[in-house]
Amino acid sequence: MPRRTMIEAIRDAMDVSMGRDDKVVVFGEDVGFFGGVFRCTQSLQAKYGKSRCFDAPINESGIVGSAIGMAAYGLKPCVEIQFADYMYPAYDQLTQEAARLRYRSNGDFTCPIVVRMPTGGGIFGGQTHSQSPEALFTHVSGLKTVVPSNPHDAKGLLIAAIEDPDPVIFLEPKRLYNGPFDGHHDRPVTPWSKHELGEVADGHYTVPLGKAAIRRPGSAITVLAYGTMVYVAQAAAEETGIDAEIIDLRTLLPLDLDTIVASVKKTGRCVIVHEATLTSGFGAELSALVQENCFYHLEAPVARVAGWDTPYPHAQEWDYFPGPARVGRALLETMGA
Amino acid sequence: MADAGMLRFHVPEPEVRPGGTPDFSNVPIPKAGSVPRPEIDVDPRTVRDHAFSIIRVLNRTGEAVGPWAGLLSDEELLAGLRHMMTLRTFDARMQMAQRQGKTSFYMQHLGEEAVACAFRKALAPGDMNFPTYRQAGLLIADGYPMVTMMNQIYSNEADPLKGRQLPVMYSSKEHGFFSISGNLATQYIQAVGWAMASAISNDSRIAAAWIGDGSTAESDFHSALVFASTYKAPVVLNVVNNQWAISTFQGIARGGSGTFAARGLGFGIPSLRVDGNDYLAVHAVAKWAAERARSNLGPTLVEYVTYRAGAHSSSDDPSAYRPKTESDAWPLGDPIVRLKNHLIALGVWSDERHAQAEAEILDTVIAAQKEAESHGTLHAGGKPSTRDMFEGLYAEMPPHLRRQRQQAGV
Repeated sequence: MPRRTMIEAIRDAMDVSMGRDDKVVVFGEDVGFFGGVFRCTQSLQAKYGKSRCFDAPINESGIVGSAIGMAAYGLKPCVEIQFADYMYPAYDQLTQEAARLRYRSNGDFTCPIVVRMPTGGGIFGGQTHSQSPEALFTHVSGLKTVVPSNPHDAKGLLIAAIEDPDPVIFLEPKRLYNGPFDGHHDRPVTPWSKHELGEVADGHYTVPLGKAAIRRPGSAITVLAYGTMVYVAQAAAEETGIDAEIIDLRTLLPLDLDTIVASVKKTGRCVIVHEATLTSGFGAELSALVQENCFYHLEAPVARVAGWDTPYPHAQEWDYFPGPARVGRALLETMGA
Repeated sequence: MADAGMLRFHVPEPEVRPGGTPDFSNVPIPKAGSVPRPEIDVDPRTVRDHAFSIIRVLNRTGEAVGPWAGLLSDEELLAGLRHMMTLRTFDARMQMAQRQGKTSFYMQHLGEEAVACAFRKALAPGDMNFPTYRQAGLLIADGYPMVTMMNQIYSNEADPLKGRQLPVMYSSKEHGFFSISGNLATQYIQAVGWAMASAISNDSRIAAAWIGDGSTAESDFHSALVFASTYKAPVVLNVVNNQWAISTFQGIARGGSGTFAARGLGFGIPSLRVDGNDYLAVHAVAKWAAERARSNLGPTLVEYVTYRAGAHSSSDDPSAYRPKTESDAWPLGDPIVRLKNHLIALGVWSDERHAQAEAEILDTVIAAQKEAESHGTLHAGGKPSTRDMFEGLYAEMPPHLRRQRQQAGV
């Protein structure tokens, strides 16, 4: 099976979707001729023409707002916000319009859009190239929020998102674009070509939204993670020798609660890991759900390892980023060691 | 350089406040028929004056004059008059229903009836409007059932929106009326996107965007103009300048100079100003802009100069911020009276027939109201189910919502 980077997998997902359905259109800043600042849309304009893949003015509200209008017409726009940090001008359109169009019109109009945005830190991106705003989307009824962690899932989830009849926020951890990253910034990075999840089938396939994946089966403790933190958690489990069951949530909303609850009931312990800031982060929702659904099985308080409640700094990148050492400590503490 | 002294902060003020005498003598009103009608493929740079003048067809004696006249038959004009009268009667009844506690909220169109009613007739089937909350004339003029509008206002068991939306936030894809949102200006850029989609699909349908004077200050107004201009989207960008954004006079949004139409010029968009109380002028300009869009010539911005004669909404009291008699002083008059006088001058209408039509329309509206009320009002009778509250958010209800619906016991 061919191996692809996450960038190539995402591009392939759009290529496959555009090839299958001429209602799929792709646009955003630098997305057309240039092929995107991360190369995610490279060659799509040449292949499908300017009316299917094109450059947009630097106006996030305009990109999302026009996509909503296109979706209301009957197209399936898959648009890009260059960095998740720059989605805020579009937040009104995403939360008040895209999320609610079906509901407020009782299905008279619908909004099958996908909004792709590179997310997450670990790249010395500083305050506005590192944010993880997923909680600002999961809090909005009417949106679906997806965070892939590998090329195989990225392609399958993106095709599923494009085919989904509802608006989907598709957060791409840019730290994972070229290879998995476990937080060991002082070691060479492995490319996806050397990783089994870099195997990406040609053609059409989907990974269903709302289904988590168990990345490492274990019996001692459950780790809930997504995006880059999946690999950090794997490294932490190896380094502490703790038999952790690592769940890659893949979709935050709708959430695969069944997989989470089954795992925590088995292990009795739970650590939640995300890059986003702690307070009111998505981890708080996960923690509450675990407590509500697994209270009598819990043998330790649910722990959260997250970004600190500060803006994402530049020089202090590795003091901020929740790396394997911090996650490992949380695993040990939750085990009572 | 001479010392300019301390900086001073400027906040525009309307010329007259409550207690003052309304005065519009400084509003330049060009003579009817005086503004030329360019070809639809005109170079935008050559029609800059149109953004600063006012296109008018009906003169003081009710005659249709000038190059924008002569597009509508007597029958069409009579139908237009009836649409406007129906909307005004509908408004009055629903405003009263709100006062009677049958609904929580209402917004009238008083004085602005010509804008949406006449515009609607310039569109073709399949075109899509992206209206604000003050364009119900689009529905009335397209024959959308009044009972259904009232059901929505009453949030009753027959409400097509299942009680989820505030009154007057209608939606009808079938009638080319996009779902109304409470968030101002959002639909302006969505209209451009819809138009882009139509062009991408090599369709022949066009979109119409709607915004008020106050909301042009929102960022999405700018977004829409940039996108419309960049992609030459087949869209008519309508600005209804009714002089007031709740209590804020239009000078706060306009910056005290130029016109709203002039905003389009910087984007290379042909921009026209039209007498919003002149049914014939509104229709003629709308038709011009629609033909431009349909001929792949791109967007047009149209500013309708009118006056919000009623309160902003049923929750508003305009006497707190403007003279009570200001609407009487408005130099462009009343759209219904002006079309009525025109039809009388044509010899196809009379005061008697007008009075008779008023009575008939009132009967029709009251009959519709009775039917709607038989399905319930906000606080009495049939209402949408609690189950409806959970449904229709996603195409398929996700597990967490199913759990919440069970918790709610429905």
